[in-house]
Amino acid sequence: MGIHRGHKARPGEWLAEKFIFLVSLSAILMVLLIFLFVAREALPVFLGQTNTALVQKPIPPDEMDKHSPAELQAYLELTPEQYAKMDKATLRSLMDVKVEAQDDVPEDFRNDPDAKINTTEWQYLVESHKWSGYDKPEYIWQPVGQIKKFNIIPLFVGTLKITLIGLLFAVPLAVGAAIYVSQLARPRAREIIKPAIELLSGVPSVVVGVFALLVMATVLQSIFHYQTRLNAFVAGLALGFAVIPVIFSIAEDALTSVPRAYTQGALALGASRWQTAWQIVLPAALPGVFAAAVLGFGRAIGETMIVLMVCSASVMSWSIFDSARSITTTIAAEMAEAVNGGPHYRILFMLGALLFAATFISNMIGDFVIHRFKLKLEGKK
Amino acid sequence: MNTVTPGQYLPESASDTTRMTRHFRAEKFDFWSFFFSGLTGLATLFILGILATILLNIIVNGWSAISWHFVSTIPKKDFFDANTTGVLPMIVGTAFRVIVMTIFVIPVGVITAIYLTEYAANTSVITRIIRAAVNNLAGVPSIVFGLFGLGFFINFVGKNLDKVLHNSRAVWGQPALIWASLTLAVMTLPVVIVATEESLKAIPPGLREASLALGATKLETILKIVLPQALPGIMTGGILAVSRAAGEVAPILFTGVAYYMASLPAHLSDQFMDLGYHIFVLSTQSPNIEQTRPILYATVLVLLLLTFALNIVAILIRARVRKKLRALG
Repeated sequence: MGIHRGHKARPGEWLAEKFIFLVSLSAILMVLLIFLFVAREALPVFLGQTNTALVQKPIPPDEMDKHSPAELQAYLELTPEQYAKMDKATLRSLMDVKVEAQDDVPEDFRNDPDAKINTTEWQYLVESHKWSGYDKPEYIWQPVGQIKKFNIIPLFVGTLKITLIGLLFAVPLAVGAAIYVSQLARPRAREIIKPAIELLSGVPSVVVGVFALLVMATVLQSIFHYQTRLNAFVAGLALGFAVIPVIFSIAEDALTSVPRAYTQGALALGASRWQTAWQIVLPAALPGVFAAAVLGFGRAIGETMIVLMVCSASVMSWSIFDSARSITTTIAAEMAEAVNGGPHYRILFMLGALLFAATFISNMIGDFVIHRFKLKLEGKK
Repeated sequence: MNTVTPGQYLPESASDTTRMTRHFRAEKFDFWSFFFSGLTGLATLFILGILATILLNIIVNGWSAISWHFVSTIPKKDFFDANTTGVLPMIVGTAFRVIVMTIFVIPVGVITAIYLTEYAANTSVITRIIRAAVNNLAGVPSIVFGLFGLGFFINFVGKNLDKVLHNSRAVWGQPALIWASLTLAVMTLPVVIVATEESLKAIPPGLREASLALGATKLETILKIVLPQALPGIMTGGILAVSRAAGEVAPILFTGVAYYMASLPAHLSDQFMDLGYHIFVLSTQSPNIEQTRPILYATVLVLLLLTFALNIVAILIRARVRKKLRALG
């Protein structure tokens, strides 16, 4: 009897190992699927296959054969699979519907230059445009009505405004608390404070939203006396509550992982606890603290419910006391009324894809910085 | 005197010796140190204050409105009426979706963690990609998970399932409890992986080596020695995932939640009512916010009690695991 080695001796063991390996790939698969399927629904926007122009020059059904299949497919707003499945008669009836639809266009819009515009072209998505009835070119997100305006700039401004307020509020507080807990507090106090702040991350965002809506909005208005009760300022502060635990945990972790020899050396040389924390530990842990802020940013731009509950009007304004609408809020509020597969639906998915890309990049930066930081500390130990 | 020059404190007399020891014993009072230390302490207090204010506000306002009737009633169509409304279908819906989620996420998460700690070489490319993917998954905005659920589970899997099963009307190709649960399972996967990994690392390598030395195979060692030891950590992961998922609203907005349903969800393809979504509806769509305020607070309290009870259990178990980990060095 020869001695068997490797997987020949224990096929069960070998199979189990392969199975475990395959299952562990699911995380990678999920990230890929998320990107693929969010981008897939948004693809027609990127490829210029959506058309929202109210007044289109109809192709008479009799001239069907003069046009290429690709032209017809784009004209009828069909996907290639849908187009391939249809026979000539169906296509013809669709084209009749298209011609009839032109007759239904309200009289007022027949001569409106806006009605000829395909508002899902990039030019109208990102640049300002002088719509009829307006005095000057403006950025407008207005996905309802006869002429749907999909300019995404107001949403970007709103997102940035709320996120920056949230971070300006959360980063100093969270990093300050992290310094206190990791460097200055007594061990016993630390044992209580840390779980308490971690508990804050367990508060669901709708609950923070309710608190902001009912309590904070009223209190802040009575302090600052601004016009709109629900505005970007309130939303930003509430958002800050939600990201404080994230920034705190990562920053505290980074500060604690600075080797003890650093602290002991500084204290032995006569530095006070604060001087040690500020001049020795913080600079050493700076990459980690920076990563905490970056990851907090990723969390903040992705937060939905708080902003959805506190402010929602999409106005183009940089003032922090005006209302603002973020990208996440727009998706959450408008997806239900968007027609499945229509231009509005596609553009909401495109916003989702952009959001995913933004958080993906900020996560990558954060993780990379932390990874380098840990390696550096280990190398110096 | 700020600087100490060498030889300055050489003891020449008795009084000099006491001066020297005093210098070493008492920390010099430095105003700026005191000021900035105080500032960080205040920041900590402020955060704790926010937490306390949120909790107190909800407990005080919610406690007076909560009752057995409220928790056990299925509301009529107009659930804004404070006297007749209840939250039973929301509690059942939230529990149902979270339980289904757990069935999917725990096995996948635990197996991934086992691969990462027990099998994978830490330096290999594939391990690093898996870790990066897990970290990324944890950072994807919850609304994007909602879009993913709609684009993948409903529009792709569900619609094709309907086609294969020859359903004349949409059964799976529409928002349903199963799709909401699966979306949440994808979202909470990193939570389970990280918690399980942490607890697996806390098990002394000696245990594994002893088992292997006695002739057990690697798989036997994992199943009979490592996993039983890691059970508290796996439970923590599960609890954290459940408490995170219970409060999430954005991922289920397009994948299964209903504004109102007359009956409790009974089937995986049913839609469901949800506590978090109900809070959102009560606070933003009420015809009279003053009248719905008590039931809004009561609903928030129910959700908070649910998530906090779970969170505290998880934090306690995790603290024990971490202590064990630290003891190992």
